[in-house]
Amino acid sequence: MSDTHAESVAFVRESVIPPAPPPARETGAVRWLRENLFATWFNAILTLVALYVLWVLLSGLVPWVVNGTWQGSSLAECREILQGNGGGCFSVLRERWPQLLFGFQYPDYLRWRPVLAFFLLFVAVPPALFIMFLPRWTLIVTAIYPFLAYWLIWGGTILTPLFAALGFLAGYLAFSIVERRGFVLGLAAGLLAAVAVWWFGGLLAGEFPRFARLEAVVSRAMGGFMLNLILGIVCVSLSLPFGILLALGRQSRLPVVKGFCVVFIEFVRGVPLITLLFVANVVLAFFLPPDANFDLILRVIIMITLFASAYIAEVIRGGLAALPKGQYEAADSLGLDYAQAMRLIILPQALKISIPGIVNVAVGLFKDTTLVSVISMFDLVGMIRGPILASTAWAGIYWELWAAACIMFFTVCYGISQYSQWLERQLHTDHR
Amino acid sequence: MAMTDTDTATPQMEISDEVAIEIRNMNKWYGAFHVLRDIDLTVQRGERIVICGPSGSGKSTLIRCINALEEHQQGSIVVDGTPLSSDLKNIDKIRSEVGMCFQHFNLFPHLTILENCTLAPIWVRKIPKREAEKTAMYFLEKVKIPDQANKYPGQLSGGQQQRVAIARSLCMRPRIMLFDEPTSALDPEMIKEVLDTMIQLAEEGMTMICVTHEMGFARQVANRVIFMDAGQIVEQNEPEAFFRNPQNERTKLFLSQILGH
Repeated sequence: MSDTHAESVAFVRESVIPPAPPPARETGAVRWLRENLFATWFNAILTLVALYVLWVLLSGLVPWVVNGTWQGSSLAECREILQGNGGGCFSVLRERWPQLLFGFQYPDYLRWRPVLAFFLLFVAVPPALFIMFLPRWTLIVTAIYPFLAYWLIWGGTILTPLFAALGFLAGYLAFSIVERRGFVLGLAAGLLAAVAVWWFGGLLAGEFPRFARLEAVVSRAMGGFMLNLILGIVCVSLSLPFGILLALGRQSRLPVVKGFCVVFIEFVRGVPLITLLFVANVVLAFFLPPDANFDLILRVIIMITLFASAYIAEVIRGGLAALPKGQYEAADSLGLDYAQAMRLIILPQALKISIPGIVNVAVGLFKDTTLVSVISMFDLVGMIRGPILASTAWAGIYWELWAAACIMFFTVCYGISQYSQWLERQLHTDHR
Repeated sequence: MAMTDTDTATPQMEISDEVAIEIRNMNKWYGAFHVLRDIDLTVQRGERIVICGPSGSGKSTLIRCINALEEHQQGSIVVDGTPLSSDLKNIDKIRSEVGMCFQHFNLFPHLTILENCTLAPIWVRKIPKREAEKTAMYFLEKVKIPDQANKYPGQLSGGQQQRVAIARSLCMRPRIMLFDEPTSALDPEMIKEVLDTMIQLAEEGMTMICVTHEMGFARQVANRVIFMDAGQIVEQNEPEAFFRNPQNERTKLFLSQILGH
């Protein structure tokens, strides 16, 4: 109190108190233990119970992994090797891994193609996910990838995916040229150009089926974890743009657009995914001519995408609703038109708010791809339940297979979740 | 107010005969509620108008009608010779000529200060990015915060944010500026810095309409003060006469309440 007038009532500060470091905390392991694990009697009991549960779990798990065997070609042989030491019979994974990964019909001498496609994924995806660190042109790689991956996995002449890509390009060019005369006109022109190129490409591919040809593999042969990944990646990437359009449509002032979006979202959300998959599998076949070449995987992709986009639309609608009205007004008052305001101001903010919800849907969707096993497609779950568990050699072996399936799904889903948290930190600019 | 020398400068600010905004017989309803009633207002180029009145009197709604943030149901509004109709082209043209500042700034929190200022010139006026950035820095210097250009709005104080909002509007080179209670959400210490910026703008001859309760600002800068109540223009006059000798009972009551303490 040396620098204040302690004896007077009126107070005048004459010097600024310099900032001081916080008091040094007592540290050390013992203190940490006491504070976090044994703070009270109740706390101590909980700690001991938790330790016991942990011990029970580990005493089962560790011998199972450590004593497990990778030898033997049937459950009987496996049991002979193990002689009841509590180890796992991991030989089923060693023997059946190609089936778990690719299904049982994908030709084994062609497996390098999906493997190559898988590794190219790690080249194609970063431009989309880490665009803030990479030049914009790298997105071209991402744009080319779907067509290349299709060619690698399904095979056939390169003309099919090539003209599919060219169709999109032509559609985009036509749209951007005609758009100045009106948005709807541009959309129509784009669609027309794309369809024309696709039709021409179809003719050409029919005429020269051997041009730059990889051995074709039918959709029925796709299976295993590969099928889950194909469905998951394609459906997530398609349902995001559709979800955005549906969410914006639901906010539209045009009653027709709004009505369509509301009815679509409410209908799709009100129906179980399994029913939609059955519709894709069975019911659509009734309406299509018997020789119609409408691929089963394509039908499933359409159904899952519709389903997921309805959910994503609702998540994004939440993000849109969370934005203050002032953001729309500021964009309007600066003279931005609707498309610019949405693209530059509203969606970047709304999508950022929606990241946790979108990731929730994406992870759920990826796991839901296992539902295709009920319409007799042999994805990872379908493979385990069907061909592997039904075989005489491996009937009755559950833990090892399902644990492997869990690890595979967990790896992908945890990766998605970590990416989304990283992205949220990157986009944290508003300092609220 | 600090800038006493502007009192002598006020009469020299030029007002031309050219009409900037013409509002005739304008009526607006929210549902069945009649918010704006028979508004007639002509603003000459270079005029600085302050609109005041109790809350709910329709003053914000009035200026928001001028750049079509609100629709009006009856009457006509002509801004810079362009009639305001439901034609989107006219609306976009008017909005790009009329700048607006909001009570809550409404900066874009996901963009830096510089990007906030260059966005509309680049996308609406199709100005090259370099040039837009140069213009933005010019106006940021004018509002005295060029050193914050690469920060995000959330890192700035309220007064700084409002000055950025003014700079952002100016980057579109507007011919008319609308201010919707620009200082109402600010701490007393920050009000002055924003008012100084607005005074500077007025001295340069910008046509301005301000909804504000800063009577000192009105006295110093405005050449016309409009008092609104219950959706109508109740009284308008030159600031000296308006404050010294209000005519309408409602105006007298309002002034005695806000100047009384």
